[in-house]
Amino acid sequence: MTTAMTTANANEAAVAKYKNNFLKEVEATVEEGHWVKMCMQCGVCAGSCPFGPHWEHSPQKIFMMIRAGKREEVLKSDAMWMCTSCYNCMVRCPRQLPITHIMHGLANYSYRLGLSPKGQPNQAIAKLFWDSALKYGRVNELKFSLAMYFRDGFVQGVKNALAMQGVGLGLVKAGRLNPMEIISGHTCKDTSGIHKMIAKAREIEDRRRGLA
Amino acid sequence: MTASIATNQTILVVGGGIAGMTAALEAAECGKQVILVEKSPTLGGRTSMLYRYFPKMCFPTCGLEINLRRLRGNPNVRVMTMTEVAAVSGSRGDYNVTLKVKPRYVNENCTACGDCGKAVSAEVPNVANYGLNKIKAAYLPHAMAYPQRFVIDPSIVGTPEGEAAKAACKFGAVDLGMQEETIEIKAGSVVWATGWRPYDANKIQPYGYDRYANVITSLEFERLCDPQGPTGGKVLRPSDGKEAKNIAFIQCAGSRDENHLRHCSRICCMATLKQTQYVREAAGEDAKSTVYYIDIRVIDRLEDFYQNVQKDPNVSFVKSKVARIALNEANNSPILHGVDTEGYHRYATEHDLVVLAVGMEPEVVGVKLPEDIVLDSSNFIEGSKSGGMFGAGSAASPLDVNRSVQSATAAAMRSVQVIHKTASTEAA
Repeated sequence: MTTAMTTANANEAAVAKYKNNFLKEVEATVEEGHWVKMCMQCGVCAGSCPFGPHWEHSPQKIFMMIRAGKREEVLKSDAMWMCTSCYNCMVRCPRQLPITHIMHGLANYSYRLGLSPKGQPNQAIAKLFWDSALKYGRVNELKFSLAMYFRDGFVQGVKNALAMQGVGLGLVKAGRLNPMEIISGHTCKDTSGIHKMIAKAREIEDRRRGLA
Repeated sequence: MTASIATNQTILVVGGGIAGMTAALEAAECGKQVILVEKSPTLGGRTSMLYRYFPKMCFPTCGLEINLRRLRGNPNVRVMTMTEVAAVSGSRGDYNVTLKVKPRYVNENCTACGDCGKAVSAEVPNVANYGLNKIKAAYLPHAMAYPQRFVIDPSIVGTPEGEAAKAACKFGAVDLGMQEETIEIKAGSVVWATGWRPYDANKIQPYGYDRYANVITSLEFERLCDPQGPTGGKVLRPSDGKEAKNIAFIQCAGSRDENHLRHCSRICCMATLKQTQYVREAAGEDAKSTVYYIDIRVIDRLEDFYQNVQKDPNVSFVKSKVARIALNEANNSPILHGVDTEGYHRYATEHDLVVLAVGMEPEVVGVKLPEDIVLDSSNFIEGSKSGGMFGAGSAASPLDVNRSVQSATAAAMRSVQVIHKTASTEAA
């Protein structure tokens, strides 16, 4: 993936452009970010999140931090990376804010600016998933799983693979996993077409978000 | 009864609660002919089911008494209970209305002596107490009922119980042969004072109203505190009958929520502040009320009431909409889970009893209204296209008793104008 702007430059450009008005920045650059100002701070999202006690800032708090201009704390936080997309917050939000989507939008934006926490596991998995999907036009499940197993080195990878071998064999027997995928792996019909589409979509999105 | 009871100079008021009574009386006292229809057996509506009013903490019997006296003394108002509007056609100044009158099985000879009730053993849910207890199937709806006349529940008509009630009556008032009647009347203007109902708390799934005995609505709490209520005025937990001393109030239960009611019901904040004072009254210094809220919305002079409650050391406020309620299986106490907005602290707090300050939903939701009626996005009545029909009280907007009366007076005024215009057009 090539970006028109290096991540450090993109961050500096965003800081210069929005001059500490982080809410405006979020509204302009984060997917569904224009909803942030609609939050009435009732706390239902925070209380409904099954991961609630395990992350640094709840959605409610993140929205308030955005409005308070706490740019670094929000974008460097691992909070939005902890979202498992269960959509509990979103279905319960009295104002129907697309909270899950905003969390993913924030995660994506912080990643694009190079501010996201390094080594955050969910981020690493998301990257492996999308790299696979963008390369083949579909996710190669075998390669994706193996890439996950071997993420922390060869020895750990072998350990992970052995631990999961029962599940893997079960999938093979049920016809849900083809071991031959490791060699070629089937792709979508027109991979280069997909690549062009993604490149164009990214170009449009970057232009809109001021990252081009 | 014939159609001659009403002409196109008549004002029809639909609903006999505080707003309907007020609209009917204000118009009648201006000299207009009014028909006041009420679907239940008595006037008074939800106002009569309150223990006390805010802000002066007086009893609803007082306000109702004044209106009932005005009503008795005014020949211009004709009251029809157990009557519903089935259809309205026509337009401003010239409406044809179909009314359906359900049988009461008791005629005007009734003296409310109560002998029929004593003769009957069958019981039905007591509507005046939101079904929290039962009442004999031959009953007076409540102490302030108007007309002061008993009702025989249709479930015992045609049974030996019904015959027993009839035999017990010394005045020949029980008439088990009554049938439903359909009446056509004319009206020049219609005031819809159809009122409100509490939002169905079962729909607020995370609060477990359908699962936990000790989660009740604010209206049920009102009945628990009332000496006429199912517990004789004691605040007892439905699960074990023990006195509840540590009570949580959850605001915006259904209101201000796009998944439930999108409007602010306006009265619930004041209602809860009022109810914290019931708790204090019932349990004294042992009482503990905790109010979970998004914002406390009290307006103008009611702010004083809020400030006084804030000074009460036994009342605490938590700025947070409760996310969900779990149950302590050992003692059936609800445990409230959420995150507060002042510091983002996660809490799991146990209370003896939880009161949901449920929102106001227009009573007409699900009812087919005349096409001419204009509703807002929450189904409150804004008026009618031809300008001959008006909303009054909490049918028009979520209002407290005081503001319902103001709204009803305004609706009566507009109705009187319609009748005046109709009269002058006909004269010309």
